[in-house]
Amino acid sequence: MPAIETRSLRKVYPAPSGPKRRGGGGPPPGMGAAPMPPGAAGGPRGEIVALDRLDLEVRDGEFFGLLGPNGAGKTTTIGILTTRVKPTSGSAVVGGADVGSQSVQVRQRIGVVPQRPNPDRSLNVIENLIFHAAYFGIHASASQPRANQLLEQLGISDKAYAKVDEMSGGQQQRLMIARALIHEPQVIFLDEPTVGLDPQTRLSLWGILRQLHAEGRTIVMTTHYMEEADKLCDRIAIVDRGQLLELDTPEALKQRAPGGTLVEMSLSGDARPVVDAVRAVDGVLRVEAQGQLLRVFSDRGGRVISPVIQAAEENGVSVTNISLTEPSLETLFVSRTGRKLD
Amino acid sequence: MTATAILPHPVRASSVFFALLRRDVRVARKEIAFFLVRTTMQPLLFVIVFGYLLPKMNFVGRGYQTALLPGILAVSLSLSAIQSVALPMVQDFGWTKEIEDRLLAPVPTQLIAAEKIVAGMLQGVIAAAFVLPIARLVMGPISGFTFSHVGELILIVLLGSMAFSALGMWLGTAIAPQQIGLMFSVIIAPMLFFGCAYYPWRGLDAVPVMKYLVLVNPMVYVAEGMRGALTPDVPHMPLAVVGVALVIVAASFWTLGMRSFYKRAIG
Repeated sequence: MPAIETRSLRKVYPAPSGPKRRGGGGPPPGMGAAPMPPGAAGGPRGEIVALDRLDLEVRDGEFFGLLGPNGAGKTTTIGILTTRVKPTSGSAVVGGADVGSQSVQVRQRIGVVPQRPNPDRSLNVIENLIFHAAYFGIHASASQPRANQLLEQLGISDKAYAKVDEMSGGQQQRLMIARALIHEPQVIFLDEPTVGLDPQTRLSLWGILRQLHAEGRTIVMTTHYMEEADKLCDRIAIVDRGQLLELDTPEALKQRAPGGTLVEMSLSGDARPVVDAVRAVDGVLRVEAQGQLLRVFSDRGGRVISPVIQAAEENGVSVTNISLTEPSLETLFVSRTGRKLD
Repeated sequence: MTATAILPHPVRASSVFFALLRRDVRVARKEIAFFLVRTTMQPLLFVIVFGYLLPKMNFVGRGYQTALLPGILAVSLSLSAIQSVALPMVQDFGWTKEIEDRLLAPVPTQLIAAEKIVAGMLQGVIAAAFVLPIARLVMGPISGFTFSHVGELILIVLLGSMAFSALGMWLGTAIAPQQIGLMFSVIIAPMLFFGCAYYPWRGLDAVPVMKYLVLVNPMVYVAEGMRGALTPDVPHMPLAVVGVALVIVAASFWTLGMRSFYKRAIG
């Protein structure tokens, strides 16, 4: 039985109304959105289609990555799978329980690490863990030693009795991981867990996540860092505009990346008139124009740059910036979505 | 690995409810001084001015204190019950998102809201119990004040605190954080001043229009109920009427509060 299965999952948010009645306006789980009738997508009222018939299957014990730019639908997917967002249509099963009709059972089986640390600031660090365990019916006599062990494992045991506000962002994120694990969930969800962390803290979090995976847990992580998805995940789903574009192992995805190096050039004018001339350049596999941006896939690396510049200038535009990317998840992503992640 | 080694199946809702309540009691205990200052300062200042200074100056008769004390207790109860639910809700859903750890608890979402309302009721009762001896101390002996109707008193306190705690849940989840100041000036302030807290409802016989207009204000029933239970000699609304009105008010705010909480919790 898969750890997670979604069928034709769809979420449509109503168009933002004029005067905002609700506060925050943050990511979907905090929104007070009413369910929309199916088929309302792209309607005249400007509803937002966050998920458009998403089918996913996450295997038991898998480290699964959801990769996509901001607004791709990652957080909505996590919101639905963690019972905090109601799908407009379609179904999702987590740990054998339906997110809609069996949300209590789903919650019992999952741990969630949010995008921004949201510890209970009225409690100290260890109280955060012991109370969270109590919300899952676990008595303090069982949760106290486990909390200590988790704090130890995550390298924040010296902060056990500290106020949450005395911790750095990275330490708070570790506390969130400890909290997500205190009740021994089958599936752990991490929503952009390393955003805003310095490179060193990010690396150490990667180590922690690898360890959790090695312990046999199912992990679902959203990220918009290619490297993170590449290094950690067993399989990656690339999503954009609420749809699944690719789903495979990082290796298979990279092989599927369009051949050659991606050369991106910013031009002084419209890139479209240049496309034909550039396509004729030796070594150019593919050319795309997007406004003043020219994307050239080359099988001769950077050696195409000089003739491409020449071709551009012959068409009356000059090149203002150049960047090269080796074939990677990133080049695949750009070729599939027409945009970069960041 | 066995992922559910220490997790009982299924989790008992009552055990989660009491864990949530323990959390709120723990937090309230840490902040009790701030809480009492925040919620009882207004009624206590009122006690000093209207229960002590004005009678001293002979601007109001001695009998006024008898009518005032139950009203002051009603204000303390209601105001602190509203605030102790509404303010954390506005913060939690507005920006801190701290409540999310509780929203992941394996119980129906409504139970989490119900616990918040119960915690608000407790805080309302504590505030009223804190104000009573101080008010008595400031005002001196109050003629006609009695604890002989304990049953009625408990009923009024329970229904009144539930009505206002649930109102706090509704306001706290339905109002945008930027407008929380408006809640005090547009909803709370008129509720206090037209709530028959500082004068008995029967006193409005002098202004019949007001007498019937204020009936939309739930505070009226708490204040009149307190009078009926604590100072029965002061002319007051019949306790049966108060009881029925408070049941209706509490049930309505409970329903609205639950619905609004659920809407904020589940997108």
